[in-house]
Amino acid sequence: MDVLGILSSTASFILDPTTMAYALAGLGLAVHFGFAGLLNMGMAGFMALGAYGYAIGILTFGLPWYLAAFVGIGASIVFALILGIPTLRLRGDYLAIVTIAAAEIIRLFLLTSAFVDVTGSADGLSGFNGPGGTVTNPIAGAGGFNDSNPIPDGEYGFPPFLDDERTWYLRIVGGIILAVGVYFVWRLVNSPWGRVIKGIREDEEAVRSLGKNVFAYKMQALIIGGVFGALGGLMLAFSTNVNSGVYVTSLTFFLWTALLLGGAATVFGPLVGSAIFWVLQAFLGLLFPALAKAGLLPFDSIQAAQIRFILIGVALVLLVVFRPQGIFGNKKELTFVK
Amino acid sequence: MELVATTRRTMGRLFAAVGAVVLAFGVLGLATPAHADIVNPEMPFKVSGNVQNNGEPVAGVTITVTGGGGFTATVPSGEDGKFVVGVPEKNADYTVTLDETTLPDGIAVVDNPNTPDFVEGNVQTASVGPGGRVAMNFFIGQGERHTVAWIDQVVQRLISGVNFGLMLALASVGLSLIYGTTGISNFAHAEMVTFGAVATFGLVHVFGDAALPLAIGLAIALSAGLGWALDAGLWRPLRKRNTGLVQLMIVSIGLSLAIRYLYQFFIGGGTEQLPGADSEKIQLFGEVSLSIVDMVSMGLSILLIVAFAWWLTYTKVGKATRAISDNPSLASASGIDVDGVIRIVWIVGSLLAGFSGILWAYFRPGIRWDMGGQILLLIFAATTLGGLGTAYGALIGSLVVGILVEGSSLFIPSDLKYVGALVVLIGILLFRPQGILGRKERVG
Repeated sequence: MDVLGILSSTASFILDPTTMAYALAGLGLAVHFGFAGLLNMGMAGFMALGAYGYAIGILTFGLPWYLAAFVGIGASIVFALILGIPTLRLRGDYLAIVTIAAAEIIRLFLLTSAFVDVTGSADGLSGFNGPGGTVTNPIAGAGGFNDSNPIPDGEYGFPPFLDDERTWYLRIVGGIILAVGVYFVWRLVNSPWGRVIKGIREDEEAVRSLGKNVFAYKMQALIIGGVFGALGGLMLAFSTNVNSGVYVTSLTFFLWTALLLGGAATVFGPLVGSAIFWVLQAFLGLLFPALAKAGLLPFDSIQAAQIRFILIGVALVLLVVFRPQGIFGNKKELTFVK
Repeated sequence: MELVATTRRTMGRLFAAVGAVVLAFGVLGLATPAHADIVNPEMPFKVSGNVQNNGEPVAGVTITVTGGGGFTATVPSGEDGKFVVGVPEKNADYTVTLDETTLPDGIAVVDNPNTPDFVEGNVQTASVGPGGRVAMNFFIGQGERHTVAWIDQVVQRLISGVNFGLMLALASVGLSLIYGTTGISNFAHAEMVTFGAVATFGLVHVFGDAALPLAIGLAIALSAGLGWALDAGLWRPLRKRNTGLVQLMIVSIGLSLAIRYLYQFFIGGGTEQLPGADSEKIQLFGEVSLSIVDMVSMGLSILLIVAFAWWLTYTKVGKATRAISDNPSLASASGIDVDGVIRIVWIVGSLLAGFSGILWAYFRPGIRWDMGGQILLLIFAATTLGGLGTAYGALIGSLVVGILVEGSSLFIPSDLKYVGALVVLIGILLFRPQGILGRKERVG
């Protein structure tokens, strides 16, 4: 069993683009659920809009990549408005079902063969990041995301972070977005605006009786969180192809697990939660098959690789029951309003 | 008559295709590889696909791809039924022809069950979009191509919708009862549905195909046991802790994930079939036909639903269940053993869900680890439409959703047919959140 290899592959997940995408979307969920108390179970839909908006902006509308990124963000704002105007007055668990259904509708529209020319149907879209990366189909031509990379070709860093210029560019871009995002959310939730949405989470009627427009605040929170979801999808699209099979309901549930792990009503919770989630995922995904291969577990390595997904579910149950505030959360700041 | 006409059309196309192939050989000097499943791998864009007979790959079928500029390539499907052809241009249409004479005897290209209208069989147009790739699948089955009269299609969809709706009803009345008595939006209900099918599959594996009725009976009993175990092991302790509703909902999501991947752990990621899934179809009138399994399934659903309705209306426990749905504290004060009744509700709900899972395995057809998850939102839609917490409402809601889903595929692409039900779900929550049969004051 290659213990060092497993540990090294695991450690590289701390700076993986997927981890950053989860952290960004998790930050959005923290704004939705942790601070505003909105039970959004459709984050996968926001992420899908961010990723597909970007890819379609490039492939169908021929926009430069940095403008196409705003197509995805714009789409998520429109989605938040369409979703929010009618649903924000619904009770918590109703909102959850509506958002989950809305995200599924988006996924089905991306999957259907009716719009295959635009969405690529089940194959998804590829080749929008331009040449020079893992995506080699040269449709986007010069000027894609990969070509904006100022880092000269070569390997940089030290193990386990020894990677080529594209991976480092992804990490730097993701890191910058994440840093700005965290600062923005941190300032936001500690502002008067943040105090109002936290008040709405605790007692909507009390805030309303203070003369605040609860609906408008909720809507603003929904849009801000949704934009972070789109940024998460964008980050995934920067790093790889887009495929509707990624933006399934399970993705939303995994995000929730990562968020609750770190602490829903904290700014750094989503970051730490995503890092722990993915590091554990990567570690267990390598450890169990390795154990199975070494004959220490009584099943084959494909089965062994599935165990981690079972553990996500168990972890989610245990977290919600025994430590609903997460690792960093404050028990006094109730994240589950009854 | 139809067969003759079809064959004639096919022959005509065949000659055209052969002609094109010959032309290609002459002009481009391309040699067709004998048993490869990819040609022109050097070309940047791809037309790929699958030739399947009832999910089984069909090898050695000749596929011809023709396109603008005299492009022609011929490829035999590989051992896995797949073929890949490199094509020179994107944003272009290619004609993909399956040579029906290379199919094994007695089978022909049939309609793709995943597209809305009856797609012309062995010749299809593939548009290579901006992504540069397109998938073109051929579905092979017994019989020959023919068009079906509109009214027959409508009737067929209607029957199919009722069948689907009855199956949904079995799952949703349980969900509705559980919601009514405990307040939990139980996302793990999907896994209770899958459980029935997976348990049947496992038992058939042990006892053999002939013991199917026994396996189904045992699987239903096991489903009831699952309901008991979930309540005793998880939900009752959480009730004692006074866990909040939102927490309970997220717990059910975690439970759903854990059980779902547990199924995948045991049965793998593929689709398995129960015995009798390809039972013969009986022609009723016109082009409307039903398989024996469909009829048995509808009959049993109705029987079970009637029995359930009788239980809920006339038995003591049924009355107590409805009393708790109405007002738990009042029920408790009147001396009803709330905890005991909730335990029974979990058992009954799980039993019905397990049975609906078995029917769903025949309706889809096939058993998959996430098969329950595929209809979870439809079950929610049906329950909400009828009125959350009302069992009879769930029944009506299920029939409406079932007919809507099946009927809508007459008008919209069938890979979008669930969208209609989801839109109804959202619409109902917005405009009449109490549903058809619900009372207004129950909604907070």
